Amino acid sequence: MRIRIDHDRCRGAGQCALNAPELFDQSDDDGTVVLLDDRPPPELHDSARIAAELCPNAVIRLVEDS
Amino acid sequence: MRVTQPAAAPLPTRRSCPFDPPREYEHLREREPISRLAFPDGKTGWLLTRHEDVRAVLADDRFSSDRLRASLPLRQPTIRPEDVKARAGMLISLDPPEHTRYRRLLTRYFTVRRMRALTPRIEQIVDDHLVAMERSGPPTDLVRAFALPIPSLVICELLGVPYADRGMFQGWMSTLLRIDVTDEDAFAARDALKDYMLDLVTTKRAHPDDALLSRLIAGEGAAQGLPDTALSDQELAGIGRLLLVAGHETTANMLALGTYALLRHPGQLKLLRERPASVDRAIEELLRYLTIVQFGTVRVAREDVEIAGRTVRAGETVVASLSAANRDPERFAHPARLDVARELNQHVAFGHGVHQCLGQQLARTEMRVAFPALFARFPTLRLAVDPERVPMRDDMFLYGVHELPLTWDR
Ligand code: HEM
Ligand code: SF4
Repeated sequence: MRIRIDHDRCRGAGQCALNAPELFDQSDDDGTVVLLDDRPPPELHDSARIAAELCPNAVIRLVEDS
Repeated sequence: MRVTQPAAAPLPTRRSCPFDPPREYEHLREREPISRLAFPDGKTGWLLTRHEDVRAVLADDRFSSDRLRASLPLRQPTIRPEDVKARAGMLISLDPPEHTRYRRLLTRYFTVRRMRALTPRIEQIVDDHLVAMERSGPPTDLVRAFALPIPSLVICELLGVPYADRGMFQGWMSTLLRIDVTDEDAFAARDALKDYMLDLVTTKRAHPDDALLSRLIAGEGAAQGLPDTALSDQELAGIGRLLLVAGHETTANMLALGTYALLRHPGQLKLLRERPASVDRAIEELLRYLTIVQFGTVRVAREDVEIAGRTVRAGETVVASLSAANRDPERFAHPARLDVARELNQHVAFGHGVHQCLGQQLARTEMRVAFPALFARFPTLRLAVDPERVPMRDDMFLYGVHELPLTWDR
Protein backbone atom coordinates (compact mmCIF):
# COMPACT_ATOMS: atom_id res chain seq x y z
CA MET A 1 0.00 0.00 0.00
CA ARG A 2 1.09 3.54 -0.80
CA ILE A 3 -0.27 6.71 0.81
CA ARG A 4 -0.72 9.83 -1.30
CA ILE A 5 -1.52 13.24 0.18
CA ASP A 6 -3.38 16.06 -1.55
CA HIS A 7 -1.88 18.63 0.78
CA ASP A 8 -3.71 21.68 -0.59
CA ARG A 9 -7.03 20.30 0.57
CA CYS A 10 -5.93 19.75 4.17
CA ARG A 11 -7.57 21.97 6.83
CA GLY A 12 -5.86 20.39 9.79
CA ALA A 13 -8.84 18.70 11.41
CA GLY A 14 -6.41 16.12 12.78
CA GLN A 15 -8.43 12.94 12.20
CA CYS A 16 -5.32 11.42 10.62
CA ALA A 17 -2.95 12.16 13.52
CA LEU A 18 -5.60 11.02 15.98
CA ASN A 19 -6.38 7.70 14.34
CA ALA A 20 -3.02 6.75 12.81
CA PRO A 21 -0.31 8.56 14.77
CA GLU A 22 2.32 6.18 13.39
CA LEU A 23 1.64 7.43 9.88
CA PHE A 24 0.53 11.05 10.21
CA ASP A 25 1.51 14.07 12.24
CA GLN A 26 0.45 17.72 12.05
CA SER A 27 2.91 20.49 11.34
CA ASP A 28 3.68 22.97 14.11
CA ASP A 29 3.63 25.78 11.55
CA ASP A 30 0.13 25.51 10.19
CA GLY A 31 -1.38 22.34 11.62
CA THR A 32 -1.64 20.60 8.26
CA VAL A 33 -0.84 16.96 7.73
CA VAL A 34 2.71 15.61 7.70
CA LEU A 35 3.03 12.15 6.18
CA LEU A 36 5.48 10.10 8.22
CA ASP A 37 5.51 6.95 6.13
CA ASP A 38 4.14 6.64 2.61
CA ARG A 39 4.66 2.85 2.54
CA PRO A 40 3.00 1.64 5.72
CA PRO A 41 3.81 -1.86 6.97
CA PRO A 42 0.86 -4.28 6.72
CA GLU A 43 -0.02 -4.02 10.41
CA LEU A 44 -0.76 -0.32 9.87
CA HIS A 45 -2.94 -0.74 6.79
CA ASP A 46 -6.12 -0.74 8.84
CA SER A 47 -5.29 2.50 10.63
CA ALA A 48 -4.36 4.05 7.27
CA ARG A 49 -7.79 3.08 5.94
CA ILE A 50 -9.54 4.53 9.00
CA ALA A 51 -7.64 7.81 8.65
CA ALA A 52 -8.51 8.02 4.95
CA GLU A 53 -12.19 7.34 5.67
CA LEU A 54 -12.40 9.87 8.48
CA CYS A 55 -10.47 12.72 6.85
CA PRO A 56 -13.16 15.36 6.20
CA ASN A 57 -11.42 16.76 3.16
CA ALA A 58 -10.47 13.67 1.14
CA VAL A 59 -6.80 14.49 1.54
CA ILE A 60 -5.57 10.94 2.05
CA ARG A 61 -5.58 8.56 -0.88
CA LEU A 62 -4.53 4.94 -0.58
CA VAL A 63 -3.14 3.08 -3.54
CA GLU A 64 -3.39 -0.62 -2.83
CA ASP A 65 -0.64 -2.80 -4.32
CA SER A 66 -2.16 -5.18 -6.75
CA MET B 1 -46.71 11.52 -15.39
CA ARG B 2 -46.52 14.54 -13.15
CA VAL B 3 -44.90 13.96 -9.82
CA THR B 4 -46.55 16.16 -7.23
CA GLN B 5 -44.20 18.03 -4.96
CA PRO B 6 -44.93 17.20 -1.33
CA ALA B 7 -45.76 20.33 0.64
CA ALA B 8 -42.90 22.02 2.42
CA ALA B 9 -42.89 21.44 6.18
CA PRO B 10 -40.97 23.19 8.96
CA LEU B 11 -37.96 21.54 10.58
CA PRO B 12 -39.09 18.81 13.01
CA THR B 13 -38.07 19.77 16.54
CA ARG B 14 -40.27 17.82 18.94
CA ARG B 15 -38.56 14.85 20.57
CA SER B 16 -40.47 11.96 22.06
CA CYS B 17 -37.42 10.58 23.89
CA PRO B 18 -34.78 12.85 25.41
CA PHE B 19 -31.94 11.02 23.65
CA ASP B 20 -33.51 10.47 20.24
CA PRO B 21 -34.00 13.02 17.47
CA PRO B 22 -37.63 13.75 16.51
CA ARG B 23 -39.32 10.68 14.95
CA GLU B 24 -40.05 12.49 11.69
CA TYR B 25 -36.41 12.26 10.67
CA GLU B 26 -36.63 8.50 10.45
CA HIS B 27 -39.63 8.61 8.13
CA LEU B 28 -38.04 11.29 5.99
CA ARG B 29 -34.77 9.42 5.69
CA GLU B 30 -36.60 6.33 4.47
CA ARG B 31 -39.17 7.96 2.21
CA GLU B 32 -37.88 11.35 1.24
CA PRO B 33 -34.18 11.75 2.07
CA ILE B 34 -34.18 15.17 0.46
CA SER B 35 -37.38 16.88 1.46
CA ARG B 36 -38.94 20.32 1.05
CA LEU B 37 -38.37 22.54 4.06
CA ALA B 38 -40.37 25.65 4.97
CA PHE B 39 -38.34 28.42 6.61
CA PRO B 40 -39.69 31.12 8.96
CA ASP B 41 -38.64 33.80 6.44
CA GLY B 42 -41.27 32.39 4.06
CA LYS B 43 -38.81 30.75 1.68
CA THR B 44 -38.54 27.05 0.91
CA GLY B 45 -35.40 24.96 0.80
CA TRP B 46 -34.33 21.42 1.52
CA LEU B 47 -33.69 19.08 4.42
CA LEU B 48 -31.11 16.28 4.15
CA THR B 49 -31.38 13.30 6.47
CA ARG B 50 -29.06 10.64 4.99
CA HIS B 51 -25.47 10.31 6.17
CA GLU B 52 -24.19 10.05 2.62
CA ASP B 53 -25.98 13.17 1.37
CA VAL B 54 -25.07 15.22 4.45
CA ARG B 55 -21.40 14.37 3.98
CA ALA B 56 -21.58 15.08 0.27
CA VAL B 57 -23.06 18.55 0.71
CA LEU B 58 -20.68 19.54 3.50
CA ALA B 59 -17.71 18.56 1.30
CA ASP B 60 -19.06 20.32 -1.82
CA ASP B 61 -17.63 23.75 -2.63
CA ARG B 62 -20.69 24.62 -4.71
CA PHE B 63 -22.36 25.28 -1.35
CA SER B 64 -21.63 28.39 0.71
CA SER B 65 -21.56 28.73 4.51
CA ASP B 66 -22.54 32.40 4.40
CA ARG B 67 -25.18 32.63 7.15
CA LEU B 68 -26.20 36.10 5.99
CA ARG B 69 -27.48 34.71 2.68
CA ALA B 70 -29.07 31.62 4.21
CA SER B 71 -32.58 31.03 5.42
CA LEU B 72 -32.34 29.69 8.94
CA PRO B 73 -34.66 26.87 9.99
CA LEU B 74 -35.97 28.08 13.35
CA ARG B 75 -35.68 31.81 13.53
CA GLN B 76 -34.56 34.36 10.95
CA PRO B 77 -32.43 36.86 12.83
CA THR B 78 -32.63 40.50 11.79
CA ILE B 79 -29.27 41.55 10.41
CA ARG B 80 -28.16 45.14 10.94
CA PRO B 81 -25.36 46.82 8.95
CA GLU B 82 -23.10 46.63 12.01
CA ASP B 83 -23.62 42.87 12.15
CA VAL B 84 -22.35 42.56 8.59
CA LYS B 85 -19.25 44.51 9.55
CA ALA B 86 -18.71 42.45 12.68
CA ARG B 87 -18.35 39.16 10.88
CA ALA B 88 -14.66 39.68 10.09
CA GLY B 89 -12.80 36.65 11.38
CA MET B 90 -15.97 34.56 11.87
CA LEU B 91 -14.62 31.72 9.81
CA ILE B 92 -17.58 29.43 10.41
CA SER B 93 -19.61 31.68 8.11
CA LEU B 94 -16.94 32.36 5.47
CA ASP B 95 -16.07 30.47 2.30
CA PRO B 96 -12.67 29.69 0.81
CA PRO B 97 -10.35 31.47 0.11
CA GLU B 98 -11.24 33.83 2.97
CA HIS B 99 -12.04 30.89 5.23
CA THR B 100 -8.76 29.18 4.34
CA ARG B 101 -6.70 32.15 5.46
CA TYR B 102 -8.15 32.17 8.99
CA ARG B 103 -8.28 28.41 9.30
CA ARG B 104 -4.58 28.12 8.36
CA LEU B 105 -3.71 30.70 10.98
CA LEU B 106 -5.63 28.92 13.72
CA THR B 107 -5.21 25.23 13.01
CA ARG B 108 -1.74 24.90 14.46
CA TYR B 109 -3.04 25.98 17.87
CA PHE B 110 -5.55 23.11 17.88
CA THR B 111 -3.54 20.12 16.68
CA VAL B 112 -3.83 16.71 18.33
CA ARG B 113 -0.37 17.17 19.85
CA ARG B 114 -1.00 20.64 21.28
CA MET B 115 -4.31 19.63 22.75
CA ARG B 116 -2.86 16.47 24.30
CA ALA B 117 -0.21 18.69 25.89
CA LEU B 118 -3.00 20.46 27.78
CA THR B 119 -3.93 17.21 29.54
CA PRO B 120 -2.07 17.85 32.84
CA ARG B 121 -3.63 21.29 33.21
CA ILE B 122 -7.10 19.94 32.38
CA GLU B 123 -6.60 17.13 34.91
CA GLN B 124 -5.81 19.76 37.52
CA ILE B 125 -8.91 21.80 36.66
CA VAL B 126 -11.12 18.69 36.70
CA ASP B 127 -9.71 17.60 40.04
CA ASP B 128 -10.28 21.03 41.60
CA HIS B 129 -13.92 20.88 40.58
CA LEU B 130 -14.37 17.33 41.84
CA VAL B 131 -12.93 18.33 45.19
CA ALA B 132 -15.33 21.27 45.38
CA MET B 133 -18.24 18.96 44.51
CA GLU B 134 -17.26 16.57 47.29
CA ARG B 135 -17.12 19.41 49.77
CA SER B 136 -20.42 20.99 48.94
CA GLY B 137 -22.54 17.96 48.01
CA PRO B 138 -24.42 15.76 47.66
CA PRO B 139 -26.63 16.72 45.93
CA THR B 140 -25.23 18.92 43.22
CA ASP B 141 -26.16 20.31 39.83
CA LEU B 142 -23.55 18.84 37.51
CA VAL B 143 -23.97 21.61 34.95
CA ARG B 144 -23.00 24.37 37.36
CA ALA B 145 -20.47 22.44 39.41
CA PHE B 146 -18.63 20.62 36.66
CA ALA B 147 -19.83 20.55 33.06
CA LEU B 148 -19.85 24.30 32.36
CA PRO B 149 -16.97 25.61 34.49
CA ILE B 150 -14.39 23.14 33.18
CA PRO B 151 -14.55 23.96 29.45
CA SER B 152 -15.15 27.60 30.34
CA LEU B 153 -11.94 27.86 32.33
CA VAL B 154 -10.00 25.88 29.72
CA ILE B 155 -11.03 28.07 26.77
CA CYS B 156 -10.49 31.24 28.82
CA GLU B 157 -6.93 30.22 29.64
CA LEU B 158 -6.27 29.15 26.07
CA LEU B 159 -7.51 32.45 24.62
CA GLY B 160 -6.38 34.76 27.40
CA VAL B 161 -9.91 35.82 28.40
CA PRO B 162 -10.27 36.67 32.13
CA TYR B 163 -12.33 33.87 33.71
CA ALA B 164 -13.49 36.37 36.32
CA ASP B 165 -15.62 38.00 33.59
CA ARG B 166 -17.62 34.81 33.02
CA GLY B 167 -20.70 36.14 34.77
CA MET B 168 -21.06 38.59 31.88
CA PHE B 169 -20.17 36.61 28.80
CA GLN B 170 -21.82 33.34 29.84
CA GLY B 171 -25.07 35.28 30.13
CA TRP B 172 -24.74 36.85 26.66
CA MET B 173 -23.87 33.53 25.12
CA SER B 174 -26.78 31.65 26.57
CA THR B 175 -29.12 34.43 25.37
CA LEU B 176 -27.77 33.97 21.85
CA LEU B 177 -28.32 30.20 22.00
CA ARG B 178 -32.03 30.52 22.74
CA ILE B 179 -34.29 29.59 19.84
CA ASP B 180 -36.97 32.06 20.92
CA VAL B 181 -34.73 35.03 21.67
CA THR B 182 -36.24 38.38 20.65
CA ASP B 183 -34.41 40.66 18.23
CA GLU B 184 -34.02 43.17 21.01
CA ASP B 185 -32.33 40.74 23.39
CA ALA B 186 -30.20 39.27 20.61
CA PHE B 187 -28.93 42.72 19.55
CA ALA B 188 -28.07 43.62 23.14
CA ALA B 189 -26.19 40.37 23.74
CA ARG B 190 -24.42 40.48 20.37
CA ASP B 191 -23.29 44.07 20.90
CA ALA B 192 -22.17 43.48 24.46
CA LEU B 193 -20.09 40.47 23.44
CA LYS B 194 -18.63 42.37 20.49
CA ASP B 195 -17.64 45.38 22.61
CA TYR B 196 -16.24 43.16 25.31
CA MET B 197 -14.00 41.33 22.84
CA LEU B 198 -12.87 44.53 21.10
CA ASP B 199 -11.89 45.98 24.48
CA LEU B 200 -10.02 42.82 25.31
CA VAL B 201 -8.08 42.97 22.03
CA THR B 202 -7.09 46.56 22.83
CA THR B 203 -5.93 45.47 26.27
CA LYS B 204 -3.90 42.62 24.78
CA ARG B 205 -2.20 44.94 22.33
CA ALA B 206 -1.03 47.04 25.27
CA HIS B 207 -0.33 44.17 27.69
CA PRO B 208 0.35 40.95 25.80
CA ASP B 209 0.45 37.57 27.57
CA ASP B 210 1.36 34.23 26.05
CA ALA B 211 -2.18 33.06 25.29
CA LEU B 212 -3.76 32.71 21.85
CA LEU B 213 -5.13 36.23 21.29
CA SER B 214 -1.78 37.81 22.08
CA ARG B 215 0.01 35.32 19.87
CA LEU B 216 -2.29 36.16 16.99
CA ILE B 217 -1.62 39.85 17.59
CA ALA B 218 2.11 39.24 17.63
CA GLY B 219 1.72 37.62 14.23
CA GLU B 220 3.46 34.38 15.05
CA GLY B 221 2.20 33.15 11.71
CA ALA B 222 4.12 35.84 9.86
CA ALA B 223 7.26 34.77 11.66
CA GLN B 224 6.72 31.26 10.30
CA GLY B 225 6.44 32.56 6.78
CA LEU B 226 2.67 32.29 6.45
CA PRO B 227 1.42 35.00 4.10
CA ASP B 228 -0.72 37.97 4.93
CA THR B 229 -1.20 37.44 8.62
CA ALA B 230 -1.58 40.87 10.15
CA LEU B 231 -5.06 40.83 11.66
CA SER B 232 -7.19 43.90 12.30
CA ASP B 233 -8.85 44.46 15.66
CA GLN B 234 -12.20 43.57 14.10
CA GLU B 235 -10.82 40.29 12.81
CA LEU B 236 -9.18 39.44 16.13
CA ALA B 237 -12.38 40.21 17.99
CA GLY B 238 -14.36 38.05 15.56
CA ILE B 239 -12.00 35.12 16.02
CA GLY B 240 -12.06 35.64 19.78
CA ARG B 241 -15.85 35.68 19.95
CA LEU B 242 -16.23 32.62 17.77
CA LEU B 243 -13.72 30.61 19.82
CA LEU B 244 -15.13 31.73 23.15
CA VAL B 245 -18.69 30.84 22.16
CA ALA B 246 -17.80 27.62 20.35
CA GLY B 247 -15.50 26.51 23.16
CA HIS B 248 -18.04 26.91 25.92
CA GLU B 249 -21.42 25.30 25.73
CA THR B 250 -20.38 22.63 23.24
CA THR B 251 -18.15 20.59 25.53
CA ALA B 252 -20.26 21.68 28.51
CA ASN B 253 -23.37 20.12 27.02
CA MET B 254 -21.52 16.99 25.97
CA LEU B 255 -20.26 16.50 29.53
CA ALA B 256 -23.65 16.97 31.19
CA LEU B 257 -25.80 15.20 28.59
CA GLY B 258 -23.17 12.46 28.21
CA THR B 259 -23.21 11.83 31.95
CA TYR B 260 -27.00 11.72 31.93
CA ALA B 261 -27.03 9.28 29.00
CA LEU B 262 -24.50 6.99 30.70
CA LEU B 263 -26.45 7.04 33.98
CA ARG B 264 -29.55 6.00 32.03
CA HIS B 265 -27.59 3.19 30.32
CA PRO B 266 -25.95 1.50 33.32
CA GLY B 267 -24.68 -1.44 31.26
CA GLN B 268 -22.73 0.91 29.03
CA LEU B 269 -21.43 2.87 32.01
CA LYS B 270 -20.28 -0.38 33.59
CA LEU B 271 -18.33 -1.26 30.43
CA LEU B 272 -16.67 2.11 30.51
CA ARG B 273 -15.81 1.82 34.19
CA GLU B 274 -14.34 -1.64 33.73
CA ARG B 275 -12.24 -0.66 30.75
CA PRO B 276 -10.98 2.90 31.07
CA ALA B 277 -8.94 2.44 27.89
CA SER B 278 -12.20 2.32 25.94
CA VAL B 279 -12.96 5.94 26.77
CA ASP B 280 -11.92 7.21 23.32
CA ARG B 281 -14.44 5.00 21.57
CA ALA B 282 -17.09 5.86 24.12
CA ILE B 283 -16.59 9.57 23.46
CA GLU B 284 -17.03 9.15 19.70
CA GLU B 285 -20.19 7.16 20.37
CA LEU B 286 -21.58 9.80 22.73
CA LEU B 287 -20.85 12.46 20.12
CA ARG B 288 -22.79 10.43 17.55
CA TYR B 289 -25.63 9.33 19.78
CA LEU B 290 -26.27 12.74 21.32
CA THR B 291 -25.41 15.08 18.38
CA ILE B 292 -25.77 18.27 20.39
CA VAL B 293 -25.76 20.48 17.26
CA GLN B 294 -29.35 19.32 17.21
CA PHE B 295 -30.73 21.34 14.31
CA GLY B 296 -27.84 20.64 11.95
CA THR B 297 -26.00 23.18 9.86
CA VAL B 298 -26.97 25.21 6.79
CA ARG B 299 -25.47 25.72 3.34
CA VAL B 300 -26.62 27.89 0.43
CA ALA B 301 -26.30 26.60 -3.13
CA ARG B 302 -24.22 28.95 -5.32
CA GLU B 303 -25.44 27.21 -8.46
CA ASP B 304 -28.01 24.55 -9.35
CA VAL B 305 -26.86 21.24 -7.84
CA GLU B 306 -28.29 17.73 -8.13
CA ILE B 307 -28.60 15.87 -4.83
CA ALA B 308 -30.28 12.52 -4.34
CA GLY B 309 -32.22 12.95 -7.56
CA ARG B 310 -33.47 16.47 -6.90
CA THR B 311 -32.26 19.82 -8.17
CA VAL B 312 -31.34 22.35 -5.51
CA ARG B 313 -31.60 25.75 -7.18
CA ALA B 314 -28.97 28.45 -6.84
CA GLY B 315 -29.76 30.55 -3.78
CA GLU B 316 -31.76 27.88 -1.97
CA THR B 317 -30.78 26.85 1.54
CA VAL B 318 -30.09 23.25 2.48
CA VAL B 319 -30.23 22.08 6.09
CA ALA B 320 -27.86 19.18 6.69
CA SER B 321 -29.31 17.32 9.67
CA LEU B 322 -26.34 16.02 11.64
CA SER B 323 -28.58 14.21 14.12
CA ALA B 324 -30.49 12.39 11.37
CA ALA B 325 -27.26 11.50 9.56
CA ASN B 326 -25.82 10.12 12.79
CA ARG B 327 -28.78 7.73 13.09
CA ASP B 328 -28.65 6.49 9.51
CA PRO B 329 -28.92 2.66 9.54
CA GLU B 330 -27.06 2.54 6.21
CA ARG B 331 -23.98 3.75 8.06
CA PHE B 332 -24.48 2.64 11.68
CA ALA B 333 -25.69 -0.80 12.73
CA HIS B 334 -28.49 -0.41 15.31
CA PRO B 335 -28.23 3.39 15.19
CA ALA B 336 -30.67 3.96 18.07
CA ARG B 337 -28.47 1.94 20.41
CA LEU B 338 -25.83 3.61 22.58
CA ASP B 339 -22.88 1.26 22.09
CA VAL B 340 -19.72 2.58 23.72
CA ALA B 341 -17.66 -0.10 21.97
CA ARG B 342 -18.76 0.89 18.44
CA GLU B 343 -15.90 0.69 15.95
CA LEU B 344 -14.98 3.00 13.06
CA ASN B 345 -17.47 5.63 14.07
CA GLN B 346 -17.85 7.88 11.07
CA HIS B 347 -20.19 10.31 12.79
CA VAL B 348 -20.74 13.88 11.61
CA ALA B 349 -21.21 15.41 15.08
CA PHE B 350 -18.28 17.75 14.29
CA GLY B 351 -19.50 18.36 10.74
CA HIS B 352 -17.54 17.42 7.63
CA GLY B 353 -15.51 19.15 4.92
CA VAL B 354 -13.47 22.32 5.34
CA HIS B 355 -15.50 23.61 8.30
CA GLN B 356 -15.22 20.41 10.33
CA CYS B 357 -14.84 21.55 13.91
CA LEU B 358 -11.60 23.37 14.63
CA GLY B 359 -11.89 22.64 18.35
CA GLN B 360 -12.63 18.92 18.11
CA GLN B 361 -9.29 17.81 19.56
CA LEU B 362 -9.76 20.19 22.46
CA ALA B 363 -13.27 18.84 23.09
CA ARG B 364 -11.96 15.25 22.95
CA THR B 365 -9.12 16.01 25.35
CA GLU B 366 -11.50 17.63 27.83
CA MET B 367 -13.92 14.71 27.68
CA ARG B 368 -11.28 11.98 27.96
CA VAL B 369 -10.08 13.58 31.18
CA ALA B 370 -13.43 14.63 32.64
CA PHE B 371 -15.66 11.55 32.17
CA PRO B 372 -13.34 8.92 33.72
CA ALA B 373 -12.38 11.24 36.59
CA LEU B 374 -16.02 11.96 37.44
CA PHE B 375 -17.10 8.32 37.41
CA ALA B 376 -14.01 7.20 39.34
CA ARG B 377 -14.52 9.81 42.05
CA PHE B 378 -18.20 9.00 42.58
CA PRO B 379 -18.81 5.24 42.18
CA THR B 380 -22.40 5.66 43.38
CA LEU B 381 -23.26 8.66 41.20
CA ARG B 382 -26.97 8.76 40.30
CA LEU B 383 -29.84 11.09 39.47
CA ALA B 384 -31.25 13.02 42.42
CA VAL B 385 -34.65 13.51 40.74
CA ASP B 386 -36.96 11.49 38.51
CA PRO B 387 -35.81 11.47 34.89
CA GLU B 388 -38.98 13.35 33.86
CA ARG B 389 -37.82 16.22 36.04
CA VAL B 390 -34.52 16.72 34.20
CA PRO B 391 -35.01 19.90 32.14
CA MET B 392 -33.90 19.23 28.58
CA ARG B 393 -32.55 21.94 26.28
CA ASP B 394 -35.21 21.60 23.57
CA ASP B 395 -35.28 25.37 23.42
CA MET B 396 -31.58 25.90 22.70
CA PHE B 397 -29.54 25.58 19.51
CA LEU B 398 -27.15 23.29 21.39
CA TYR B 399 -28.90 20.35 22.98
CA GLY B 400 -28.23 19.15 26.50
CA VAL B 401 -29.68 19.56 29.96
CA HIS B 402 -30.33 22.88 31.68
CA GLU B 403 -29.61 21.22 35.00
CA LEU B 404 -28.54 17.76 36.10
CA PRO B 405 -29.27 17.17 39.81
CA LEU B 406 -27.04 14.30 40.96
CA THR B 407 -26.40 12.60 44.24
CA TRP B 408 -24.04 9.94 45.64
CA ASP B 409 -23.23 8.07 48.86
CA ARG B 410 -20.73 9.80 51.03
C1 HEM C 1 -18.22 18.45 21.62
C2 HEM C 1 -18.11 19.61 21.32
C3 HEM C 1 -18.27 20.24 19.95
C4 HEM C 1 -19.14 19.95 18.93
C5 HEM C 1 -20.20 18.86 18.89
C6 HEM C 1 -18.84 20.87 17.85
C7 HEM C 1 -19.48 20.89 16.62
C8 HEM C 1 -19.10 21.65 15.54
C9 HEM C 1 -19.68 21.57 14.21
C10 HEM C 1 -20.81 20.64 13.80
C11 HEM C 1 -19.03 22.46 13.41
C12 HEM C 1 -19.25 22.68 11.91
C13 HEM C 1 -20.25 23.74 11.62
C14 HEM C 1 -20.55 23.86 10.13
O1 HEM C 1 -20.06 23.08 9.32
O2 HEM C 1 -21.32 24.76 9.77
C15 HEM C 1 -18.05 23.13 14.24
C16 HEM C 1 -17.21 24.13 13.81
C17 HEM C 1 -16.38 24.84 14.65
N1 HEM C 1 -16.09 24.57 15.98
FE1 HEM C 1 -16.89 23.08 17.09
N2 HEM C 1 -17.82 21.70 18.24
C18 HEM C 1 -17.44 21.34 19.51
C19 HEM C 1 -16.44 21.91 20.28
C20 HEM C 1 -15.69 23.00 19.91
C21 HEM C 1 -14.70 23.63 20.74
C22 HEM C 1 -14.29 23.17 22.15
C23 HEM C 1 -14.22 24.67 20.04
C24 HEM C 1 -13.18 25.61 20.58
C25 HEM C 1 -12.22 26.10 20.10
C26 HEM C 1 -14.89 24.70 18.73
C27 HEM C 1 -14.67 25.60 17.71
C28 HEM C 1 -15.21 25.52 16.44
C29 HEM C 1 -14.89 26.45 15.36
C30 HEM C 1 -13.94 27.63 15.42
C31 HEM C 1 -15.62 26.03 14.23
C32 HEM C 1 -15.62 26.64 12.82
C33 HEM C 1 -14.58 25.97 11.97
C34 HEM C 1 -14.55 26.44 10.54
O3 HEM C 1 -15.48 27.10 10.08
O4 HEM C 1 -13.56 26.12 9.87
N3 HEM C 1 -15.78 23.66 18.71
N4 HEM C 1 -18.10 22.61 15.54
S1 SF4 D 1 -7.58 14.41 8.64
FE1 SF4 D 1 -7.40 15.23 6.59
S2 SF4 D 1 -7.79 17.41 6.78
FE2 SF4 D 1 -7.42 16.63 8.83
S3 SF4 D 1 -5.25 16.97 9.18
FE3 SF4 D 1 -5.44 14.92 8.41
S4 SF4 D 1 -5.22 15.13 6.21
FE4 SF4 D 1 -5.60 17.17 6.98
